[in-house]
Amino acid sequence: MAILVVAEHTNAALAPATLNTVAAAQKIGGEIHVLVAGHSVGAVAAAAAKVAGVSKVLVADQAAFAHQLPENVAPLVAELGKGYSHVLACATANGKNILPRVAAQLDVDQISEITAVLGADTFQRPIYAGNAIATVQSSAAVKVITVRGTGFDAVAAEGGSAAIESVSVGGDAGKSSFVGEELAKSDRPELTAAKIVVSGGRGMQNGDNFKYLYALADKLGAAVGASRAAVDAGFVPNDMQVGQTGKIVAPQLYIAVGISGAIQHLAGMKDSKVIVAINKDEEAPIFQVADYGLVGDLFEIVPELEKLI
Amino acid sequence: MKVLVAVKRVVDYNVKVRVKADNSGVDLANVKMSMNPFCEIAVEEAVRLKEKGVASEIVVVSVGPNAAQEQLRTALALGADRAILVESNDELNSLAVAKLLKAVVDKEQPQLVILGKQAIDSDNNQTGQMLAALSGYAQGTFASKVEVAGDKVNVTREIDGGLQTVSLALPAIVTTDLRLNEPRYASLPNIMKAKKKPLDVVTPDALGVSTASTVKTLKVEAPAARSAGVKVKSVAELVDKLKNEAKVI
Repeated sequence: MAILVVAEHTNAALAPATLNTVAAAQKIGGEIHVLVAGHSVGAVAAAAAKVAGVSKVLVADQAAFAHQLPENVAPLVAELGKGYSHVLACATANGKNILPRVAAQLDVDQISEITAVLGADTFQRPIYAGNAIATVQSSAAVKVITVRGTGFDAVAAEGGSAAIESVSVGGDAGKSSFVGEELAKSDRPELTAAKIVVSGGRGMQNGDNFKYLYALADKLGAAVGASRAAVDAGFVPNDMQVGQTGKIVAPQLYIAVGISGAIQHLAGMKDSKVIVAINKDEEAPIFQVADYGLVGDLFEIVPELEKLI
Repeated sequence: MKVLVAVKRVVDYNVKVRVKADNSGVDLANVKMSMNPFCEIAVEEAVRLKEKGVASEIVVVSVGPNAAQEQLRTALALGADRAILVESNDELNSLAVAKLLKAVVDKEQPQLVILGKQAIDSDNNQTGQMLAALSGYAQGTFASKVEVAGDKVNVTREIDGGLQTVSLALPAIVTTDLRLNEPRYASLPNIMKAKKKPLDVVTPDALGVSTASTVKTLKVEAPAARSAGVKVKSVAELVDKLKNEAKVI
Protein backbone atom coordinates (compact mmCIF):
# COMPACT_ATOMS: atom_id res chain seq x y z
CA MET A 1 0.00 0.00 0.00
CA ALA A 2 1.49 3.33 -1.03
CA ILE A 3 0.16 6.88 -0.98
CA LEU A 4 0.58 9.44 -3.73
CA VAL A 5 0.75 13.06 -2.57
CA VAL A 6 0.28 15.70 -5.25
CA ALA A 7 2.72 18.51 -4.44
CA GLU A 8 1.55 22.10 -4.32
CA HIS A 9 4.20 24.40 -5.76
CA THR A 10 4.91 27.51 -7.82
CA ASN A 11 7.28 25.75 -10.28
CA ALA A 12 10.09 27.48 -8.35
CA ALA A 13 9.33 26.52 -4.75
CA LEU A 14 7.45 23.82 -2.85
CA ALA A 15 4.42 25.28 -1.02
CA PRO A 16 4.38 24.72 2.77
CA ALA A 17 0.86 23.20 2.51
CA THR A 18 2.47 20.12 0.96
CA LEU A 19 4.16 19.40 4.31
CA ASN A 20 0.76 19.25 6.02
CA THR A 21 -0.52 16.89 3.35
CA VAL A 22 2.48 14.58 3.85
CA ALA A 23 1.66 14.65 7.59
CA ALA A 24 -1.86 13.41 6.82
CA ALA A 25 -0.37 10.68 4.61
CA GLN A 26 1.86 9.57 7.51
CA LYS A 27 -1.23 9.19 9.71
CA ILE A 28 -2.79 6.91 7.09
CA GLY A 29 0.41 4.85 7.01
CA GLY A 30 2.36 3.34 4.13
CA GLU A 31 5.04 4.39 1.71
CA ILE A 32 4.69 8.04 0.62
CA HIS A 33 5.45 9.18 -2.91
CA VAL A 34 5.22 12.81 -3.95
CA LEU A 35 4.25 13.86 -7.48
CA VAL A 36 5.69 17.12 -8.73
CA ALA A 37 3.90 18.05 -11.96
CA GLY A 38 4.97 21.33 -13.53
CA HIS A 39 7.53 22.95 -15.75
CA SER A 40 11.22 23.46 -14.85
CA VAL A 41 10.56 22.03 -11.42
CA GLY A 42 14.07 20.76 -10.59
CA ALA A 43 14.29 22.84 -7.42
CA VAL A 44 10.81 21.75 -6.28
CA ALA A 45 11.67 18.09 -6.82
CA ALA A 46 14.90 18.52 -4.84
CA ALA A 47 12.97 20.19 -2.00
CA ALA A 48 10.30 17.45 -2.05
CA ALA A 49 13.03 14.76 -1.86
CA LYS A 50 14.25 16.28 1.43
CA VAL A 51 10.83 16.24 3.10
CA ALA A 52 10.79 13.89 6.08
CA GLY A 53 8.91 10.65 5.45
CA VAL A 54 8.87 10.80 1.65
CA SER A 55 10.41 7.76 -0.03
CA LYS A 56 10.07 8.67 -3.71
CA VAL A 57 9.51 11.81 -5.76
CA LEU A 58 7.92 11.47 -9.19
CA VAL A 59 8.63 14.38 -11.52
CA ALA A 60 6.43 15.14 -14.51
CA ASP A 61 8.19 18.07 -16.16
CA GLN A 62 6.35 19.39 -19.21
CA ALA A 63 5.31 22.81 -20.50
CA ALA A 64 1.71 21.51 -20.51
CA PHE A 65 1.81 21.22 -16.68
CA ALA A 66 3.29 24.70 -16.07
CA HIS A 67 0.05 26.36 -14.98
CA GLN A 68 -1.60 23.33 -13.36
CA LEU A 69 -4.42 23.26 -15.91
CA PRO A 70 -6.69 20.46 -14.66
CA GLU A 71 -7.45 19.23 -18.21
CA ASN A 72 -3.73 18.36 -18.51
CA VAL A 73 -2.73 17.48 -14.95
CA ALA A 74 -5.77 15.40 -13.89
CA PRO A 75 -5.23 12.63 -16.51
CA LEU A 76 -1.61 12.35 -15.35
CA VAL A 77 -2.60 12.05 -11.68
CA ALA A 78 -5.40 9.59 -12.49
CA GLU A 79 -3.07 7.39 -14.56
CA LEU A 80 -0.39 7.31 -11.84
CA GLY A 81 -3.03 7.11 -9.09
CA LYS A 82 -4.27 3.71 -10.27
CA GLY A 83 -1.20 2.16 -8.65
CA TYR A 84 -1.86 3.65 -5.21
CA SER A 85 -4.23 3.06 -2.31
CA HIS A 86 -4.64 6.79 -1.66
CA VAL A 87 -4.18 9.97 -3.69
CA LEU A 88 -3.89 13.11 -1.56
CA ALA A 89 -3.67 16.81 -2.36
CA CYS A 90 -3.84 19.99 -0.32
CA ALA A 91 -7.27 21.63 -0.15
CA THR A 92 -5.92 24.74 -1.85
CA ALA A 93 -7.46 26.36 -4.93
CA ASN A 94 -5.25 24.09 -7.02
CA GLY A 95 -5.98 20.88 -5.15
CA LYS A 96 -9.71 21.57 -5.18
CA ASN A 97 -9.57 22.29 -8.89
CA ILE A 98 -7.71 19.16 -9.93
CA LEU A 99 -8.56 16.34 -7.53
CA PRO A 100 -12.32 15.92 -8.16
CA ARG A 101 -11.47 15.61 -11.85
CA VAL A 102 -9.01 12.85 -10.93
CA ALA A 103 -11.62 11.09 -8.77
CA ALA A 104 -14.22 11.13 -11.55
CA GLN A 105 -11.67 9.73 -14.00
CA LEU A 106 -10.97 6.93 -11.53
CA ASP A 107 -14.75 6.52 -10.99
CA VAL A 108 -14.53 6.95 -7.22
CA ASP A 109 -16.04 9.43 -4.77
CA GLN A 110 -13.75 12.08 -3.37
CA ILE A 111 -13.49 13.04 0.29
CA SER A 112 -12.95 16.79 0.61
CA GLU A 113 -10.98 18.70 3.24
CA ILE A 114 -10.33 16.05 5.84
CA THR A 115 -9.27 17.36 9.24
CA ALA A 116 -8.46 14.02 10.90
CA VAL A 117 -7.44 10.49 9.96
CA LEU A 118 -9.15 7.79 12.06
CA GLY A 119 -7.89 4.84 10.02
CA ALA A 120 -6.71 3.99 6.52
CA ASP A 121 -10.30 4.26 5.25
CA THR A 122 -11.99 6.47 7.87
CA PHE A 123 -11.72 10.23 8.04
CA GLN A 124 -13.31 13.28 9.62
CA ARG A 125 -14.37 16.37 7.74
CA PRO A 126 -16.39 19.48 8.55
CA ILE A 127 -19.75 20.07 6.86
CA TYR A 128 -22.33 22.88 7.05
CA ALA A 129 -19.66 25.58 7.30
CA GLY A 130 -17.96 23.76 10.15
CA ASN A 131 -21.14 23.49 12.22
CA ALA A 132 -20.99 19.69 12.10
CA ILE A 133 -18.20 17.15 11.82
CA ALA A 134 -18.85 14.06 9.68
CA THR A 135 -17.00 10.78 10.07
CA VAL A 136 -16.88 9.07 6.69
CA GLN A 137 -15.65 5.69 5.52
CA SER A 138 -14.50 4.90 2.00
CA SER A 139 -14.54 1.53 0.30
CA ALA A 140 -13.04 2.89 -2.93
CA ALA A 141 -10.09 1.03 -4.46
CA VAL A 142 -8.25 4.34 -4.68
CA LYS A 143 -9.16 6.83 -1.99
CA VAL A 144 -9.00 10.34 -3.42
CA ILE A 145 -8.78 12.94 -0.66
CA THR A 146 -8.05 16.64 -0.19
CA VAL A 147 -6.44 17.61 3.11
CA ARG A 148 -7.21 20.74 5.10
CA GLY A 149 -3.72 22.01 5.94
CA THR A 150 -4.66 23.46 9.32
CA GLY A 151 -5.87 20.03 10.49
CA PHE A 152 -2.37 18.51 10.46
CA ASP A 153 0.98 19.70 11.83
CA ALA A 154 3.53 20.05 9.03
CA VAL A 155 6.29 17.43 8.76
CA ALA A 156 9.90 18.61 8.71
CA ALA A 157 11.01 20.09 5.39
CA GLU A 158 14.49 18.60 5.89
CA GLY A 159 15.82 15.20 6.84
CA GLY A 160 14.49 12.99 4.07
CA SER A 161 16.46 11.63 1.13
CA ALA A 162 13.94 10.30 -1.38
CA ALA A 163 14.85 9.01 -4.80
CA ILE A 164 13.80 11.24 -7.69
CA GLU A 165 12.28 9.53 -10.70
CA SER A 166 10.97 11.22 -13.81
CA VAL A 167 7.67 10.12 -15.38
CA SER A 168 6.49 10.89 -18.88
CA VAL A 169 2.73 10.48 -18.87
CA GLY A 170 0.19 12.73 -20.51
CA GLY A 171 0.60 16.10 -22.14
CA ASP A 172 -1.50 18.91 -23.50
CA ALA A 173 -5.15 17.87 -23.80
CA GLY A 174 -5.75 20.87 -26.08
CA LYS A 175 -8.93 21.97 -24.31
CA SER A 176 -7.62 24.91 -22.31
CA SER A 177 -4.83 27.43 -22.22
CA PHE A 178 -3.36 29.84 -19.71
CA VAL A 179 -3.94 33.51 -20.53
CA GLY A 180 -2.47 35.39 -17.58
CA GLU A 181 -2.51 35.98 -13.87
CA GLU A 182 -2.61 38.85 -11.47
CA LEU A 183 -1.11 38.07 -8.10
CA ALA A 184 -1.49 40.27 -5.05
CA LYS A 185 1.93 41.30 -3.78
CA SER A 186 2.63 41.01 -0.10
CA ASP A 187 5.74 40.92 2.12
CA ARG A 188 3.80 39.58 5.08
CA PRO A 189 3.57 35.87 5.87
CA GLU A 190 1.14 33.79 3.84
CA LEU A 191 -2.33 33.88 5.41
CA THR A 192 -2.86 30.14 5.73
CA ALA A 193 0.61 29.53 7.20
CA ALA A 194 0.90 32.52 9.55
CA LYS A 195 1.15 32.00 13.33
CA ILE A 196 -0.76 35.21 13.95
CA VAL A 197 -3.53 36.67 11.80
CA VAL A 198 -5.05 40.12 12.16
CA SER A 199 -8.33 40.50 10.25
CA GLY A 200 -10.52 43.47 9.53
CA GLY A 201 -14.19 43.66 8.69
CA ARG A 202 -16.78 46.18 7.66
CA GLY A 203 -16.01 48.14 10.84
CA MET A 204 -12.74 49.29 9.23
CA GLN A 205 -14.92 51.67 7.17
CA ASN A 206 -12.51 51.95 4.22
CA GLY A 207 -9.43 50.41 2.63
CA ASP A 208 -7.16 53.19 3.83
CA ASN A 209 -7.94 52.34 7.45
CA PHE A 210 -6.44 48.88 6.98
CA LYS A 211 -3.10 50.68 7.53
CA TYR A 212 -3.81 50.39 11.27
CA LEU A 213 -4.01 46.62 10.90
CA TYR A 214 -0.88 46.47 8.71
CA ALA A 215 1.07 48.41 11.36
CA LEU A 216 -0.14 46.04 14.08
CA ALA A 217 0.54 42.99 11.91
CA ASP A 218 4.07 44.12 11.12
CA LYS A 219 4.83 44.51 14.81
CA LEU A 220 3.49 40.96 15.47
CA GLY A 221 4.94 39.34 12.33
CA ALA A 222 1.34 38.54 11.41
CA ALA A 223 -0.60 38.10 8.20
CA VAL A 224 -3.59 40.33 7.47
CA GLY A 225 -6.97 38.86 6.57
CA ALA A 226 -10.45 40.22 6.02
CA SER A 227 -14.09 39.30 6.26
CA ARG A 228 -16.22 38.99 3.16
CA ALA A 229 -17.91 42.28 4.00
CA ALA A 230 -14.56 44.08 3.82
CA VAL A 231 -13.73 42.39 0.51
CA ASP A 232 -17.14 43.08 -1.03
CA ALA A 233 -16.91 46.72 0.04
CA GLY A 234 -13.66 46.90 -1.95
CA PHE A 235 -11.45 47.64 1.08
CA VAL A 236 -8.99 44.84 0.25
CA PRO A 237 -8.47 42.20 -2.49
CA ASN A 238 -10.46 38.99 -2.25
CA ASP A 239 -7.47 36.69 -1.68
CA MET A 240 -7.39 38.14 1.87
CA GLN A 241 -10.83 36.75 2.66
CA VAL A 242 -11.08 34.35 5.58
CA GLY A 243 -14.17 32.15 5.71
CA GLN A 244 -16.16 29.34 4.19
CA THR A 245 -15.68 30.77 0.70
CA GLY A 246 -12.21 32.18 1.33
CA LYS A 247 -9.27 30.77 3.21
CA ILE A 248 -9.37 28.52 6.24
CA VAL A 249 -6.85 29.53 8.89
CA ALA A 250 -5.97 28.13 12.29
CA PRO A 251 -3.20 30.32 13.70
CA GLN A 252 -2.01 30.53 17.29
CA LEU A 253 -3.63 33.94 17.58
CA TYR A 254 -6.47 35.42 15.51
CA ILE A 255 -7.37 39.04 16.10
CA ALA A 256 -10.76 39.99 14.62
CA VAL A 257 -11.19 43.73 14.31
CA GLY A 258 -14.55 45.23 13.38
CA ILE A 259 -15.88 41.79 12.38
CA SER A 260 -19.35 40.79 13.59
CA GLY A 261 -18.71 37.05 13.26
CA ALA A 262 -21.17 35.65 10.70
CA ILE A 263 -21.15 31.82 10.57
CA GLN A 264 -19.47 31.90 7.15
CA HIS A 265 -16.57 33.85 8.64
CA LEU A 266 -16.35 31.67 11.76
CA ALA A 267 -16.02 28.61 9.49
CA GLY A 268 -12.70 30.00 8.34
CA MET A 269 -11.11 30.81 11.71
CA LYS A 270 -12.79 29.11 14.64
CA ASP A 271 -10.08 26.49 15.00
CA SER A 272 -7.57 29.21 15.91
CA LYS A 273 -5.90 28.57 19.27
CA VAL A 274 -6.68 31.97 20.75
CA ILE A 275 -9.25 34.38 19.33
CA VAL A 276 -9.35 38.06 20.22
CA ALA A 277 -12.31 40.21 19.20
CA ILE A 278 -12.28 43.98 19.07
CA ASN A 279 -15.72 45.38 18.32
CA LYS A 280 -17.84 48.30 19.44
CA ASP A 281 -21.02 46.18 19.47
CA GLU A 282 -20.96 44.05 22.59
CA GLU A 283 -23.77 41.87 21.19
CA ALA A 284 -21.68 40.87 18.13
CA PRO A 285 -21.63 37.06 17.70
CA ILE A 286 -17.82 37.13 17.43
CA PHE A 287 -17.70 37.53 21.23
CA GLN A 288 -19.24 34.07 21.61
CA VAL A 289 -16.13 32.42 20.19
CA ALA A 290 -13.53 34.93 21.36
CA ASP A 291 -11.22 33.99 24.22
CA TYR A 292 -10.60 37.66 24.88
CA GLY A 293 -13.02 40.37 23.88
CA LEU A 294 -12.58 44.10 24.03
CA VAL A 295 -15.62 46.32 23.46
CA GLY A 296 -14.74 49.73 22.09
CA ASP A 297 -13.68 51.88 19.18
CA LEU A 298 -11.17 50.01 17.05
CA PHE A 299 -9.59 53.27 15.87
CA GLU A 300 -8.51 53.93 19.47
CA ILE A 301 -7.81 50.35 20.49
CA VAL A 302 -5.72 49.15 17.53
CA PRO A 303 -3.10 51.96 17.65
CA GLU A 304 -2.85 51.60 21.44
CA LEU A 305 -2.44 47.83 21.08
CA GLU A 306 0.33 48.36 18.55
CA LYS A 307 2.12 50.69 20.94
CA LEU A 308 1.89 48.33 23.92
CA ILE A 309 3.12 45.19 22.13
CA MET B 1 -26.12 29.01 -27.49
CA LYS B 2 -27.79 26.84 -24.91
CA VAL B 3 -26.72 27.23 -21.28
CA LEU B 4 -27.42 24.59 -18.64
CA VAL B 5 -27.42 25.65 -15.00
CA ALA B 6 -27.41 23.21 -12.09
CA VAL B 7 -29.02 24.30 -8.83
CA LYS B 8 -29.27 22.63 -5.41
CA ARG B 9 -31.84 22.89 -2.66
CA VAL B 10 -29.99 23.36 0.61
CA VAL B 11 -30.63 24.57 4.13
CA ASP B 12 -30.81 28.38 4.08
CA TYR B 13 -27.41 29.92 4.78
CA ASN B 14 -28.75 31.96 7.69
CA VAL B 15 -29.91 28.89 9.58
CA LYS B 16 -27.68 27.65 12.36
CA VAL B 17 -27.95 23.90 11.93
CA ARG B 18 -28.17 21.44 14.81
CA VAL B 19 -26.76 17.95 14.89
CA LYS B 20 -29.35 15.23 15.62
CA ALA B 21 -29.13 13.57 19.01
CA ASP B 22 -28.50 10.14 17.45
CA ASN B 23 -25.57 11.53 15.42
CA SER B 24 -27.11 10.36 12.14
CA GLY B 25 -26.96 13.79 10.55
CA VAL B 26 -28.15 17.34 11.00
CA ASP B 27 -31.76 18.13 11.81
CA LEU B 28 -33.44 19.46 8.67
CA ALA B 29 -37.06 19.00 9.76
CA ASN B 30 -38.96 22.31 9.67
CA VAL B 31 -35.83 24.21 8.67
CA LYS B 32 -35.97 26.90 5.97
CA MET B 33 -34.57 25.64 2.66
CA SER B 34 -33.31 27.81 -0.18
CA MET B 35 -31.34 27.73 -3.38
CA ASN B 36 -27.61 27.32 -2.62
CA PRO B 37 -26.08 30.85 -2.78
CA PHE B 38 -23.45 29.83 -5.35
CA CYS B 39 -26.21 28.38 -7.56
CA GLU B 40 -28.06 31.73 -7.45
CA ILE B 41 -24.91 33.32 -8.87
CA ALA B 42 -24.82 30.64 -11.58
CA VAL B 43 -28.43 31.38 -12.59
CA GLU B 44 -27.75 35.11 -12.58
CA GLU B 45 -24.72 34.68 -14.85
CA ALA B 46 -26.75 32.63 -17.33
CA VAL B 47 -29.51 35.25 -17.35
CA ARG B 48 -26.94 38.00 -17.98
CA LEU B 49 -25.50 35.98 -20.87
CA LYS B 50 -29.00 35.78 -22.30
CA GLU B 51 -29.55 39.50 -21.84
CA LYS B 52 -26.30 40.13 -23.73
CA GLY B 53 -27.55 37.96 -26.58
CA VAL B 54 -24.88 35.31 -25.99
CA ALA B 55 -27.23 32.65 -24.64
CA SER B 56 -30.41 31.73 -26.49
CA GLU B 57 -31.91 29.28 -24.02
CA ILE B 58 -31.36 28.62 -20.32
CA VAL B 59 -32.20 25.18 -18.98
CA VAL B 60 -32.03 24.79 -15.22
CA VAL B 61 -31.60 21.37 -13.64
CA SER B 62 -31.67 20.08 -10.09
CA VAL B 63 -30.99 16.68 -8.60
CA GLY B 64 -32.92 16.14 -5.41
CA PRO B 65 -36.27 15.54 -3.74
CA ASN B 66 -39.62 16.56 -5.22
CA ALA B 67 -39.52 19.71 -3.09
CA ALA B 68 -36.56 20.94 -5.15
CA GLN B 69 -39.19 22.01 -7.70
CA GLU B 70 -39.50 25.08 -5.49
CA GLN B 71 -35.89 26.08 -6.24
CA LEU B 72 -36.37 25.31 -9.94
CA ARG B 73 -39.41 27.61 -9.99
CA THR B 74 -37.25 30.30 -8.38
CA ALA B 75 -34.69 29.89 -11.17
CA LEU B 76 -37.49 30.10 -13.76
CA ALA B 77 -38.72 33.30 -12.12
CA LEU B 78 -35.21 34.70 -12.37
CA GLY B 79 -35.13 34.12 -16.12
CA ALA B 80 -34.48 30.44 -16.93
CA ASP B 81 -36.62 29.10 -19.79
CA ARG B 82 -37.36 25.58 -18.64
CA ALA B 83 -36.46 23.20 -15.86
CA ILE B 84 -35.59 19.56 -15.32
CA LEU B 85 -35.79 17.79 -11.97
CA VAL B 86 -33.91 14.54 -11.56
CA GLU B 87 -35.93 13.27 -8.65
CA SER B 88 -34.16 11.27 -5.97
CA ASN B 89 -34.84 11.14 -2.26
CA ASP B 90 -31.49 9.57 -1.47
CA GLU B 91 -28.66 11.67 -0.20
CA LEU B 92 -26.41 11.52 -3.24
CA ASN B 93 -22.67 12.06 -3.31
CA SER B 94 -21.09 14.49 -5.78
CA LEU B 95 -19.98 11.74 -8.17
CA ALA B 96 -23.54 10.40 -8.47
CA VAL B 97 -24.86 13.91 -9.06
CA ALA B 98 -22.15 14.51 -11.69
CA LYS B 99 -23.13 11.27 -13.46
CA LEU B 100 -26.80 12.29 -13.48
CA LEU B 101 -25.89 15.75 -14.78
CA LYS B 102 -23.71 14.13 -17.45
CA ALA B 103 -26.75 12.21 -18.68
CA VAL B 104 -28.70 15.48 -18.85
CA VAL B 105 -25.78 17.18 -20.66
CA ASP B 106 -25.70 14.34 -23.21
CA LYS B 107 -29.39 14.85 -23.88
CA GLU B 108 -29.48 18.65 -23.89
CA GLN B 109 -26.10 19.31 -25.55
CA PRO B 110 -25.51 22.72 -23.97
CA GLN B 111 -22.48 24.81 -24.98
CA LEU B 112 -21.91 26.04 -21.47
CA VAL B 113 -22.76 24.47 -18.11
CA ILE B 114 -22.69 26.73 -15.06
CA LEU B 115 -22.67 25.39 -11.49
CA GLY B 116 -21.89 26.89 -8.10
CA LYS B 117 -18.41 26.23 -6.80
CA GLN B 118 -19.71 24.39 -3.75
CA ALA B 119 -22.92 23.63 -1.89
CA ILE B 120 -23.05 25.07 1.61
CA ASP B 121 -24.36 21.82 3.13
CA SER B 122 -21.80 19.21 2.09
CA ASP B 123 -19.06 21.80 1.40
CA ASN B 124 -17.63 19.34 -1.14
CA ASN B 125 -16.61 21.55 -4.05
CA GLN B 126 -16.52 18.57 -6.45
CA THR B 127 -19.54 18.32 -8.76
CA GLY B 128 -18.49 20.80 -11.48
CA GLN B 129 -15.01 19.33 -11.77
CA MET B 130 -16.40 15.78 -11.87
CA LEU B 131 -18.95 16.69 -14.52
CA ALA B 132 -16.16 18.25 -16.60
CA ALA B 133 -14.10 15.06 -16.30
CA LEU B 134 -17.02 12.78 -17.21
CA SER B 135 -18.02 14.94 -20.19
CA GLY B 136 -14.42 15.45 -21.29
CA TYR B 137 -14.97 19.22 -21.21
CA ALA B 138 -12.62 21.93 -20.00
CA GLN B 139 -13.39 23.50 -16.63
CA GLY B 140 -13.21 27.06 -15.34
CA THR B 141 -13.68 26.77 -11.58
CA PHE B 142 -14.11 29.57 -9.00
CA ALA B 143 -14.98 32.05 -11.76
CA SER B 144 -15.11 35.77 -11.01
CA LYS B 145 -15.49 36.76 -14.71
CA VAL B 146 -16.84 34.87 -17.73
CA GLU B 147 -16.49 36.11 -21.31
CA VAL B 148 -17.67 34.08 -24.27
CA ALA B 149 -15.66 34.84 -27.42
CA GLY B 150 -16.50 32.77 -30.50
CA ASP B 151 -15.87 29.08 -29.81
CA LYS B 152 -13.98 29.84 -26.60
CA VAL B 153 -14.78 31.16 -23.17
CA ASN B 154 -12.32 33.21 -21.13
CA VAL B 155 -12.69 32.61 -17.41
CA THR B 156 -10.99 34.66 -14.71
CA ARG B 157 -10.58 32.48 -11.66
CA GLU B 158 -10.04 33.26 -7.99
CA ILE B 159 -6.89 31.43 -6.92
CA ASP B 160 -5.01 31.52 -3.60
CA GLY B 161 -2.60 34.32 -4.53
CA GLY B 162 -4.94 36.43 -6.67
CA LEU B 163 -6.57 35.93 -10.07
CA GLN B 164 -5.83 33.67 -13.03
CA THR B 165 -7.35 33.82 -16.51
CA VAL B 166 -7.73 30.73 -18.68
CA SER B 167 -9.19 30.24 -22.13
CA LEU B 168 -11.41 27.17 -22.55
CA ALA B 169 -12.71 25.49 -25.69
CA LEU B 170 -16.53 25.26 -25.77
CA PRO B 171 -18.45 23.31 -24.65
CA ALA B 172 -17.10 23.98 -21.18
CA ILE B 173 -18.01 23.84 -17.49
CA VAL B 174 -17.85 26.94 -15.29
CA THR B 175 -18.27 27.02 -11.51
CA THR B 176 -19.10 30.34 -9.87
CA ASP B 177 -17.35 32.14 -7.07
CA LEU B 178 -19.01 34.75 -4.90
CA ARG B 179 -17.67 37.75 -6.74
CA LEU B 180 -18.91 36.77 -10.20
CA ASN B 181 -22.10 38.83 -9.85
CA GLU B 182 -24.82 39.93 -7.49
CA PRO B 183 -27.96 37.86 -8.07
CA ARG B 184 -31.21 39.72 -8.67
CA TYR B 185 -34.49 39.13 -6.86
CA ALA B 186 -37.44 37.56 -8.59
CA SER B 187 -40.30 40.00 -9.17
CA LEU B 188 -43.88 39.03 -8.33
CA PRO B 189 -45.08 39.04 -12.00
CA ASN B 190 -42.09 36.84 -12.91
CA ILE B 191 -42.87 34.44 -10.07
CA MET B 192 -46.42 34.14 -11.46
CA LYS B 193 -45.15 33.62 -15.02
CA ALA B 194 -42.64 31.00 -13.83
CA LYS B 195 -45.54 28.77 -12.74
CA LYS B 196 -46.43 28.29 -16.40
CA LYS B 197 -42.93 27.48 -17.63
CA PRO B 198 -42.19 23.81 -18.43
CA LEU B 199 -40.73 21.60 -15.68
CA ASP B 200 -39.92 17.98 -16.52
CA VAL B 201 -39.36 15.35 -13.85
CA VAL B 202 -37.16 12.33 -14.58
CA THR B 203 -35.68 9.59 -12.40
CA PRO B 204 -32.07 8.33 -12.19
CA ASP B 205 -33.32 4.98 -13.52
CA ALA B 206 -34.80 6.64 -16.59
CA LEU B 207 -31.42 8.26 -17.23
CA GLY B 208 -29.75 4.86 -16.85
CA VAL B 209 -27.42 6.07 -14.10
CA SER B 210 -26.39 4.10 -11.03
CA THR B 211 -26.04 6.28 -7.95
CA ALA B 212 -24.16 3.74 -5.83
CA SER B 213 -21.46 5.26 -3.66
CA THR B 214 -18.09 4.18 -2.27
CA VAL B 215 -18.32 6.55 0.69
CA LYS B 216 -20.65 6.28 3.64
CA THR B 217 -21.18 8.60 6.57
CA LEU B 218 -20.70 6.79 9.86
CA LYS B 219 -21.76 9.63 12.12
CA VAL B 220 -22.19 13.37 12.37
CA GLU B 221 -21.20 15.22 15.52
CA ALA B 222 -21.28 18.77 16.78
CA PRO B 223 -17.85 20.41 16.68
CA ALA B 224 -16.00 20.76 19.97
CA ALA B 225 -17.35 23.86 21.66
CA ARG B 226 -14.92 26.62 22.55
CA SER B 227 -14.73 27.38 26.24
CA ALA B 228 -16.29 30.69 27.15
CA GLY B 229 -13.99 33.66 26.89
CA VAL B 230 -13.65 36.77 28.97
CA LYS B 231 -14.20 40.41 28.17
CA VAL B 232 -11.22 42.54 29.13
CA LYS B 233 -11.54 46.17 30.10
CA SER B 234 -8.47 47.76 28.61
CA VAL B 235 -5.82 47.30 25.97
CA ALA B 236 -3.20 46.93 28.70
CA GLU B 237 -5.17 44.06 30.24
CA LEU B 238 -5.51 42.43 26.82
CA VAL B 239 -1.77 42.61 26.15
CA ASP B 240 -1.06 41.23 29.61
CA LYS B 241 -3.44 38.28 29.06
CA LEU B 242 -1.98 37.51 25.64
CA LYS B 243 1.57 37.60 27.02
CA ASN B 244 1.17 35.92 30.37
CA GLU B 245 -2.01 33.83 30.25
CA ALA B 246 -2.34 32.67 26.62
CA LYS B 247 1.38 33.10 25.89
CA VAL B 248 0.78 33.72 22.20
CA ILE B 249 2.81 36.92 21.79
